[in-house]
This record gives sequence, structure tokens and C-alpha cells, in this order.
Amino acid sequence: MTAPIAAAAARGYGRNYLPFAYPALAITAMVIVFPWLFTLFMSAHEWKIGSPREFVGFANYVKLAGDPRFLESIGHTLWFTLLSVVLPIAFGTGAALVFNERFPLRGFCRAVFILPMMATPVAVALVWKMMFHPQLGVLNYILTSVGLPPSLWHTSIDTVIPTLVMVEVWHWTPLVMLIVLGGLAAAPTEPYESARLDGANAWQMFRYITLPLIMPFVVLAVVIRTIDALKAFDTIFVISEGGPGTASETINIYLYLQAFAFYNIGYASAIVVVFFVLIIVLAMVLLWLRQKSKWS
Amino acid sequence: MTMTTRKENRRGLSRRAALRAGAGLLAAPAIMKVATAQTSGAFNWRRFAGQSIEVSLTLGPRANVLRAHEKEFTELTGIKVGSEAVPEQQHRQQVVIQFNSGNPQFDVLTVSLHVQKRLVGKAKWLHDMKPLLADSQLTAPDYDFPDFTGGGLRWATQGDGRMDTLPLNIDPWMIYYNKELFAARGLAFPKTFEEIVMAAEKLTDKASGQFGWVSRGLKNANVPVWTSFMLGYDVDPVNTKTIQLQTMTDGAIAAAEYYKKLNREFAPPGTVGFNWNEAQTSFSQGKIGMWIDGIGFAPPLEDPTKSRIVGKVGYGVMPQGPKARHSATFADGIGIPVASKKREAAYLYCQWATSKLMCNRLLQSGGGSPCRASSYTNPEVVAGIKLPREWLQCLQDSAAIGRQGLPEIVPVTEFRDVFGVGLTNTLGGADARAEMQKATEAFTPVLAKSEA
Repeated sequence: MTAPIAAAAARGYGRNYLPFAYPALAITAMVIVFPWLFTLFMSAHEWKIGSPREFVGFANYVKLAGDPRFLESIGHTLWFTLLSVVLPIAFGTGAALVFNERFPLRGFCRAVFILPMMATPVAVALVWKMMFHPQLGVLNYILTSVGLPPSLWHTSIDTVIPTLVMVEVWHWTPLVMLIVLGGLAAAPTEPYESARLDGANAWQMFRYITLPLIMPFVVLAVVIRTIDALKAFDTIFVISEGGPGTASETINIYLYLQAFAFYNIGYASAIVVVFFVLIIVLAMVLLWLRQKSKWS
Repeated sequence: MTMTTRKENRRGLSRRAALRAGAGLLAAPAIMKVATAQTSGAFNWRRFAGQSIEVSLTLGPRANVLRAHEKEFTELTGIKVGSEAVPEQQHRQQVVIQFNSGNPQFDVLTVSLHVQKRLVGKAKWLHDMKPLLADSQLTAPDYDFPDFTGGGLRWATQGDGRMDTLPLNIDPWMIYYNKELFAARGLAFPKTFEEIVMAAEKLTDKASGQFGWVSRGLKNANVPVWTSFMLGYDVDPVNTKTIQLQTMTDGAIAAAEYYKKLNREFAPPGTVGFNWNEAQTSFSQGKIGMWIDGIGFAPPLEDPTKSRIVGKVGYGVMPQGPKARHSATFADGIGIPVASKKREAAYLYCQWATSKLMCNRLLQSGGGSPCRASSYTNPEVVAGIKLPREWLQCLQDSAAIGRQGLPEIVPVTEFRDVFGVGLTNTLGGADARAEMQKATEAFTPVLAKSEA
């Protein structure tokens, strides 16, 4: 077959199979494209449920830029996300290194370690909230039993975000461990043999061989955790509802309040758009980092 | 007389006329039965037998009573009921979203009138009950509408005169107190706001983990505590005639100061995160002197499987404020969406839910205060109440001095959120006046826009 005929045949081949993609395209349009376009449409309106809507253009975005509560929620979101990513990455990577070594009952310990991530976030948050009760919770009982002062946990503006992060760390460190452990399992063993022959110690092997080999997986875990932490809602809503006051009110919580408590769906849609842009920017930075960390 | 009729007369009885007459003869007994029923008092509950309705309820004691006796309604009417009970906050959000869709999936719903009355009234989402009440084919003769209390009917009636719900429950606020702790300190239940503070101070012994006071500290939930004190200054949060905020008046600021002092100095640590359930749990452990909240939360306190203070609970009416004595009240109603295609069947459910029988059951369960006067004066009903007589007396006395605890405006949730944040901030030491000022400035444009 000549080249032009082959190319023409290839085009016909693609066209014949295009109809098979229509259902997926239709679902994508209904579930992703239309809601997104409608959100943009709503964000350009002053629209409160029960009242007529009014086109206001960019007024909602201008209002957002000067809304101190929204600006505060961005700070809370970034702080919560930073802690909820760094800590599980550190602990999860450490756990992966431990579970990569052979020891008795390793399988059982690994199974117990990953149990937290099996539980639903709301159930986890409810149980932790009971444990955090300042007078009746088991955590303060343990603290006072060992001579430490009780903590206010989620009921203090100073400790509410670290308390919420603690729950996130407990819940999602196992996920990081699994991702990094997968990378360790896939790592080649020859560099270690060569390093031992060259007289490298354990720290040198970790620093110059293990870490670069697992870095793509660590960055992948960072990407996944960052997106999850940015979107976190259940844990925060159940435990603190964004309080005390607005001390743990993240963008998600504020958005929920505006949309479903105050019924300002136009303003809430503008928050969604800004939040989406923020997530995209962060995701692109992280994906660039991931590209950089790939094995050459 | 028409040509057709004259033609029929000349020919004798036509087939059409014969069929009409026959149908009339067949229907006559049923029509007579209905007519007789109306005149004799027997009401035909089974007019819509075979239909099914969906009922959306707020999770809580009222829903528990209704759902426990749902089968009775079906046996009475032949109408099948599918009901769901959703937690309060989520229920309010869910019903509004469904109303906005134009196609709510329920035929009956309970409405938190203290939060959503103006919203549903302005949007006209619910049927006016008055024509239904006036229809003798739909309203049983023994329904006894005059039995409803004036307070309940005021809650259920909109400013334009439409009654878009039937009143289901009124919840006056009062002060639960631990009689044992009070007796140990030789204290009597306070008669004034100052005495509340003095009693709370005397009952507080932080070293032993005993505190004189507990109340809601969580934003939004905490606003009724503040308004309970505000009413003692004869101040409403919003002047509903001029639609102006009154949250910077001396009374409002003083009420915020009371809220701050009691919760900061005499309440257990962590109150800032307490809603009613955490406050109730704390109080039921026996180390708290006073708890202010709705009277409908009493049953677990007298349940030996849940409470350490069974038999030791005092039920106190809100003490006298500097200018007035009121109990902040909140209410629920039951209504029918305009979009429902089963209006009549839904109305029979609403009628049953607010009948004397069901209201008596609600009162006896201790989980609510029905809006029927006869429930409180019927000796058999009173004898069947599971809670102490003191609870009933407190309920009646509180209802007698009842006054709305939240403003009757559209953005009530936003009001509770904005001022709730300010009140919570005072628990961290912020100045009450400054926080009320901030909240007032933030909420003023919201209120103005909502009434425009």
C-alpha cells in the first residue's frame, strides 16, 4: 500500500471507531463540562435561592477579593494543606522503609497499619471528636494520667488546625506508605550491591540510592495528598465545623456555608471558580516537580 | 327549557338519562354516607385510600413520635406513607434545594419556623392551609381548630395572613439546674440575671471539676443563648416593623456580656465547641450547676441509662431580666409543597400529625410541646407524661412568657452565623461591643438586600 493510501485508510479507520467514543463524550459533557459551564454562569449572577437572579458580571469576584473571611480561609487552607502533606509524607516514607525490611509478623503489622485508611472519613471524624471531648474524652484522660495538662484540642483557636491535621495524618499516612512501598519494591537491587562493594554505609545508600529511586513515588504521593488535603471537608466539618469562630474555616467550608446555609449560590460559584484555579496552579507545580524527579 | 330537553320529554326516558339516573341511584348511598358522616361527626378518612405520600421530617423527638405511629395513619386512611428523618441542619438545606429545583420529592415536610418561616413564606413554596381547614370534606369535625394556642397560630401564620403550615411544636427555652449542687451550696434557683451570675460563681470549683454554667458555644448554635438574655432587656435582635438591627443597643451588648462572662468564667473548658448535645452530656454527668437550652431536651436527663442526675434535675423558668421576663421560643410546623400532586392526601397526614391524639402523645413523650391547649389540661394526658410535674409546670410557665428567640427575617442562618462568630470570639477574650459592632456592620447589607 502506498503512503497516501495508508494515510487515507488510517483516517477512515479512526472515523469508523469515533461513534464508540460518543457515549463517553456525552457523559463527560453532562458530568463535567455542563456543570463547569453552569458554575461559571452562576458565578456571574447575584443569585440567592428563593429570590430572582441578577446578572452582575465580575462583581462576585471583586467582592471575593475584598472579603476578609474568604482571604482568611485561603490562609487556613494552605496551612492545613501544608501540614497534612508534609507530615504524612515523612511518616509514610519512614513506615515504607521499615516495612520494606523483613521481620517477623511483617504482613500482620502492615495490615494493621493500613486499617485507618479503610474507614470512612465521617466515621473517623466522629470517633475522634468523641475522643477530643475536653472533659469526657479519652485523650485528655490519658494526658492527665501521665501528669500532662489536658488539651483543648479542637475547641481552641490555637490548637484546632493541628488537631485536625493529627486526624488527617492518622487517616492517610497508610496511603503514603503503600505508594512509597510500591516504589521501593520496584527499585533495582544492583546499585545496592555495587554500593556495598564500594564500602557505602546505610545512610549513604539511603541518601544516594534509595531516596533518588523513590523520589518519583514520593512526589506522586505529594500530588495525591495535596489535592486530597485541599479538598478536605468531612473531617473539618464534623469535628469543628470551621470553628471555633472561623479559626479552622477553609475555602471548602466557607463555600459550603455560602451555598447551602446562606443559599448564595452565585457567590459560592465564584468561590468554586477561584478554588479551582488555585488547585490547578498547585497541581501543575507539583506535576512539574514530578517530571523533574523521574528516573532518567 | 332547551329543545333537547323537550325532545327527550316527547320521546320518553332516553338511554343517557336512564344511565344518569342509574348512576345516581348507585352513588346515592355513598353520598348519603358522606353527608350523614358530616352531619353526624363521622369523617371519611378513606377518601384517598390507595394513594401514597412522601414525608420529610427533621430528625428528633417529634419525628420519632410521628414515625412510631405511621401505621395507624395508614390503617385509618388507606394512604401509604414513606417517611425519612434527616438531621436538622441537613434537612433545612435539603428541602430548600429541592424547593428551588421546582420538583420536591416530598408531599409533606416539617419546617423549622424559627429559621425558615420567612424564606418559605416569601417564596410561597407551601399551600395555604386556610382553604383546606375550611373544607368540611377534608377537615374532620373533631379536629377542633380553636384548640390551637394563639402562640402556635402566630408562628404558623405569615405576615400576609397565609397560614402555610399547621403548628406542630413550640420549644421554649429555660434553665435546667442541678438541685443537689444547689442544695449543697444553700442556693435557691436565681430570680434575676444577676443572681444567675452569682449562683454560677458560687457553684464553680475548678479544682474539683465542678462548674456553675454550661451553654452552647459553637457559632450559629449559640445565638439563642444570647437572645435569651437580650429578651430580658425587652429587645428583639431585629425590629421587624422597620427591619432594623437592634444588635448595638445597650440590651444587646449587655446580653453579649452575660454570655461572655458566664461561658468564660463559670463554664467548663472547651465550651466554645459545644452544641446542645455536648452541653446536655456535660450537664447529665452531675458536675454542672445550670444549663440553658430548649425544654424539649429533658428526656435523656431523666433516663437512668444516660444520666447521672435522674431525679435531681430542676426545671427553672428564665429569670427576670432588667426590663422584662421572657422565654425565647422556637417552633416547628408541618406543611404541603405547592408542587405536590397529592395535596388532599398530604393534608390528611398534616391533620393527623397535629390532631389531639398525636399532640397528646408528643407531650407525654416529653420530646416536644404541642400547640394545643387541651393537651395541657387533659388529666389523663398529664398523668401519662413521663417527666416530672415540675417539667410540665416549667413548660406552661415558659410558654406563658414566650417571645420569639430569633428574628423573623429571610437570612436567619446567616444572622446566626455572623453573630455566632462574634459571640464565640468573645469566649476567647474579644470585647463584646467590638464583636457585636463588627457583626452588625457585616450583616446590615445582607438584611437590607434580603428585604429589598
